[in-house]
Amino acid sequence: MATTPHPARAPGRVALGLRVGRLGRAGWLAVAGVVTLLVVLVGGIVLGSVDLAPSTTLAILADRLLGLDLGMTWTPAAEAIVMDLRMPRVLTAMVVGTGLAVAGCTFQGLLRNPLADPYVLGTASGAALGAAVAVLIPVRTVFLEFGLLHALAFIGALVSVTVVYRLSRTGPLSPMTSLLLTGYAVGSLLAAGLAMAMYLSGTGLRVIFGYLLGGFDGASWLRLAVAAPLIIGGTIAILLRARSLNAFLLGEEAASHLGVDVRRERAILLALASLVTAAGVAVAGLIGFVGLVVPHLVRLLVGPNARLVLPLSALFGASLLAVADVAARMLGGVPVGVVTAVIGAPFFLALLRRARSAYEL
Amino acid sequence: MLEAEALTVEVPGRAILRDVSVRLEDGERVALIGPNGAGKSTLLRALSGTLRPTAGRVLLNGTAIQRLNRAEVARRLAVVPQQTALPFAMKVEEVVGLGRLPHEDPLRGTRPADRAATAAAIERVGLGHLMGRDARELSLGERQLVLLALAVAQGAPVMLLDEPTVHLDLRHQVEAMELLRDLNERDGTSLVAVLHDLGLAAHFFPRLVVIDHGRIVADGPARDVLSDELIRDVFNVEPGLVRLAATVPPTDART
Repeated sequence: MATTPHPARAPGRVALGLRVGRLGRAGWLAVAGVVTLLVVLVGGIVLGSVDLAPSTTLAILADRLLGLDLGMTWTPAAEAIVMDLRMPRVLTAMVVGTGLAVAGCTFQGLLRNPLADPYVLGTASGAALGAAVAVLIPVRTVFLEFGLLHALAFIGALVSVTVVYRLSRTGPLSPMTSLLLTGYAVGSLLAAGLAMAMYLSGTGLRVIFGYLLGGFDGASWLRLAVAAPLIIGGTIAILLRARSLNAFLLGEEAASHLGVDVRRERAILLALASLVTAAGVAVAGLIGFVGLVVPHLVRLLVGPNARLVLPLSALFGASLLAVADVAARMLGGVPVGVVTAVIGAPFFLALLRRARSAYEL
Repeated sequence: MLEAEALTVEVPGRAILRDVSVRLEDGERVALIGPNGAGKSTLLRALSGTLRPTAGRVLLNGTAIQRLNRAEVARRLAVVPQQTALPFAMKVEEVVGLGRLPHEDPLRGTRPADRAATAAAIERVGLGHLMGRDARELSLGERQLVLLALAVAQGAPVMLLDEPTVHLDLRHQVEAMELLRDLNERDGTSLVAVLHDLGLAAHFFPRLVVIDHGRIVADGPARDVLSDELIRDVFNVEPGLVRLAATVPPTDART
């Protein structure tokens, strides 16, 4: 799209035509995104490792969600599998996918770095270290179905972002460069801590490793009810700041000239994106590539306007992660982080090849 | 009306601007000239409110610019930077459209009036043939014109430009200058432009402000300002080298 030739056309008419064309394209993508999401939602509930006839699953869904009696009977166990296991699991995957994609968009736009992902400011390493420490602590408490591991992962993610943000504000570098470099430095330090914790963990190693690879095995309605408001609320708050993200496209000084209170907006957007990421990480572990690839895909299709990129990324991020989770289940419990990497890495490589002309990475 | 009151800007160990006071009346057109490192761009950044001076203040229509919110400033004052880097592929019209951000409704986004202003700015700067192109694939000069169009789309009554012609070929330099004159005389936009070309400054700007070592050393019409001594002292060149262009009486000088 960026490399299309440029026939000389009357400016006014072209502007209007492109505008309509662009809105149309984004509109179609939105429709496609919603349809995909619904298909994935139903598909994700119908498909699973437990043998349950699709017709029964659909009948249960029709009965419980729409109040339709399709004249079929099923066992309470089947209903429990559909309503209490698969449905919250698919919805959790969708919510986390939305959050990761939107957070990825935000970090990429704010840091003006196409390689930024939701974990770039140390969220991932902070959460991982928190989780590993939780495994080392011989205390088993559960609150709202969340264990110490989730709590410390959430706290670890937020603490590391806060530390990175604080540290980056001193020194002569430009704020964004400083933030990025500090993020990498702190991340490396935390990774060393994680390695040490894993080394010391003994039998807990499998638990830590399972967490690092990410997954939705523990998904439940209650966990979803705790995480969803954070992720969805944060996502909506970011969507409402699309204007600021657009201004940041030209850099911080230009954003200031375009009417953005740079320090304030930067802090708010970083906080929101970090919160969304931390909540996602606490629920589902470290799932890579969704936050990196989805925003790029959407940008290739509709251009960099955050007003389009953010909502479309949210839609497709939800579908991608839910599909990855279905694939993980069908493959007999492969960690979903492995699936997103297997889908994401080749896709990202293909994107990079294309990027020669369209993206300066 | 844009006014700098006793501006001093210091970085550790060095003063970039020292006690600079200058006043831009509504509808004025001012060229800011001086050698490299004199403090022109710093003065421009201070005037735009993005650089907080060590001492002194900038008044926009009588209010200290640091106390206005940035959106308000952006509706009254547009800035054309020398260059910006774009992190993502972006079409020319999308970049120009960013000029409408200060006018955008936070929730509803771009409205038809904004799209019309963007299209008009593209046409006015003569970029119609570049529409649809990735702004990052353009030449430096073309990108400079895109940034100029962005500021035109912004539609602010005051425009600050940092070397708007530096990457342009001769014809586009003249066209850009003619556009600035048109914006000033037809639309009443007040302009401050940092320029290196004394000939262009003298020809197209009724008032020149000369900065050297962080101070204003001359201020007035070209024929008064660009004396042989000043050219020798401030720019360190033989006056004969610039006389040809610089001392031609401005045909269109109006105040």
